[in-house]
Amino acid sequence: MSSAWLQAFQLVLDPYNLLVMLGASVFGLFVGAVPGLTATMATALLVPVTFFMAPIPAIAAMVTATAMAIFSGDIPGCLLRMPGTPASAAYTDEAYAMTRKGLAEIALGAGLVFSAVGGLFGTAVLMVAAPTLAEFALKFSSFEYFWLVLMGLTCAVFISSDKPLKGLITLFLGLLIASIGLNNPAAYARFTFGNTDLLGGIGLVPLMIGAFAVSEIIRYVVDVAPEGLIVEGHIGNVFRGMWGLAVKYPIQILRGSVLGTIVGALPGAGADIAAWMSYAMSKKFSKEPEKFGTGHVEGIVESGSANNSALAGAWIPALVFGIPGDSITAIVIGVLYMKNMNPGPTLFTVNPQNIYAVYLLFIVANLIMIPLGFLCIKVAKRILRVPRDVLMPVILLFCVVGSFAINNTAFDIGVMLIAGLVAYLLETNGFPITPLILGVVLGGMLEENLVSSLIKSDGSLLAFFGRPIAATLGVMTFAIWLWPLGRKLLRR
Amino acid sequence: MKFNDAVWGAAMLVFAGALLWYVQGFPNIPGQKVGPAALPGVLAVGIGVCGAILLVRGWRERAADDAAWIEWPQWLRSMPQVRAFSVLVAVNVLYLAAVNRLGFVIVGTIYLTALMAVLRVRIGRALLIGFVMTLLIHYAFYKLLKVPLPWGVLQPVAW
Repeated sequence: MSSAWLQAFQLVLDPYNLLVMLGASVFGLFVGAVPGLTATMATALLVPVTFFMAPIPAIAAMVTATAMAIFSGDIPGCLLRMPGTPASAAYTDEAYAMTRKGLAEIALGAGLVFSAVGGLFGTAVLMVAAPTLAEFALKFSSFEYFWLVLMGLTCAVFISSDKPLKGLITLFLGLLIASIGLNNPAAYARFTFGNTDLLGGIGLVPLMIGAFAVSEIIRYVVDVAPEGLIVEGHIGNVFRGMWGLAVKYPIQILRGSVLGTIVGALPGAGADIAAWMSYAMSKKFSKEPEKFGTGHVEGIVESGSANNSALAGAWIPALVFGIPGDSITAIVIGVLYMKNMNPGPTLFTVNPQNIYAVYLLFIVANLIMIPLGFLCIKVAKRILRVPRDVLMPVILLFCVVGSFAINNTAFDIGVMLIAGLVAYLLETNGFPITPLILGVVLGGMLEENLVSSLIKSDGSLLAFFGRPIAATLGVMTFAIWLWPLGRKLLRR
Repeated sequence: MKFNDAVWGAAMLVFAGALLWYVQGFPNIPGQKVGPAALPGVLAVGIGVCGAILLVRGWRERAADDAAWIEWPQWLRSMPQVRAFSVLVAVNVLYLAAVNRLGFVIVGTIYLTALMAVLRVRIGRALLIGFVMTLLIHYAFYKLLKVPLPWGVLQPVAW
């Protein structure tokens, strides 16, 4: 074994790191299990805390918390018909129907075991695909990066949302937010209106905390009929019968994991879309599609593996190109930059032990999910009894302090509050938020690569198609743009 | 609050126009064809085109279903939610305005107590939990993470 792997093991098995993972597990399981708190929100809330950690424990906290949250989102979905996170929404009705038939153990067990299986599958793909892609990406110039970013943004609009027009608008607004401040090739202070706080641009962390955490709290506060969270009945051994399911549905598990990893790796689409797509796919290819919706476990097995494999899949473009695969990795990329672990192919060659450590973190997180998830199911009734009327104000104050903690300025608190209100307003009006966040994360990279490409080519647009990979990426991007139009014409 | 798509479209068009006009004032970089105005300019055109499509689409849809231009949310007619939302805004304004003068511990306690109380937590309980949670957050960020949360009037007894 190479010394880089040895170092990676040391980094991951360090007692401090393991302690962080344990804490993040408890945090993630809790956040996922409480309806109204999402895995993305868990990541955003972790940023101010991880800000003060070494790189590997910081990443460990995020990997662990999100994996746990995506699983534990199944718990209230199964017991109360309220998905804990959007990623569980696809099969909440199915799981609740199983609970009413007295099969809650099997629904929760399938969610837990096949979440771990899907997560490990996604990790395996990450371990194989990321270094291969990175080797390839070492030869990329600004032309290829320009097309990659543009294609990523295009995917975010056309694949992740059913309203491409509104997605396009929020994407443009996100790119516009990214252009605020001095951080552009000309170093000209844009849209600062004489405000010195704006010279450095809008902080990504307060923006994310606002868009993903504060907006959820606003939604809770103005909810006219918040539902009570009372669980009846007893939950037995959740592991009984799991081996039988694995033997009965191997193709479903594999299909869910593969689809989940691919959807995760596509920019903008994450665990929730992976779960919806694979639930639909499971029903389509099932031998017993008529049983779906009546408390049938097959769809839960498939989409439960899909949403967790999507988490790992999203890290592939994030680590190799710095293009987030979902809203969680959009936050992670911000943290990587803060930790001087700038994403890109050189990450794989200069400090490979860090990348190996990330792989190991995913494996450990998915393995400890089984015992910890089991404990979480056992205490689920108590978690759901924590009054949200107490919880939400505390989270909001935590958001305020967390936004302040990054730069110690009150300005960032203002950014967080405005981002929360705007995100709430946009979502109420059917504008998706993820394209906006991707625009903010990738705006700088898009402009930088565009301008340096134009300087290299002396203003010629043909040069953008002058290299084989760049040309391929460019044609693919145009194809995605023209796809909705082409489909319309075909239907006529 | 839900605005008709046509309203959003019109707003986007106006915004795009203002943006396009504003970026004309950005300087050119000598010897370069693309300056700092290029990307925002392209974005302005994009927002404008999308806004125009949204305007037309929303207008047509409204002609068909005769929906309201602005649909006020249900919660605006429900007093507890209006009160909760107002308090949510108020405590944050209070935090920004007073945290340096009064200090984090006092403002944090008021913040949490007011918000919990308006969310149907009994006042005594809200005050107790609010105070304890403020101390916990203060400990975590001030002591463990060394974030300089202001002491304000409590400076003489700072711990």
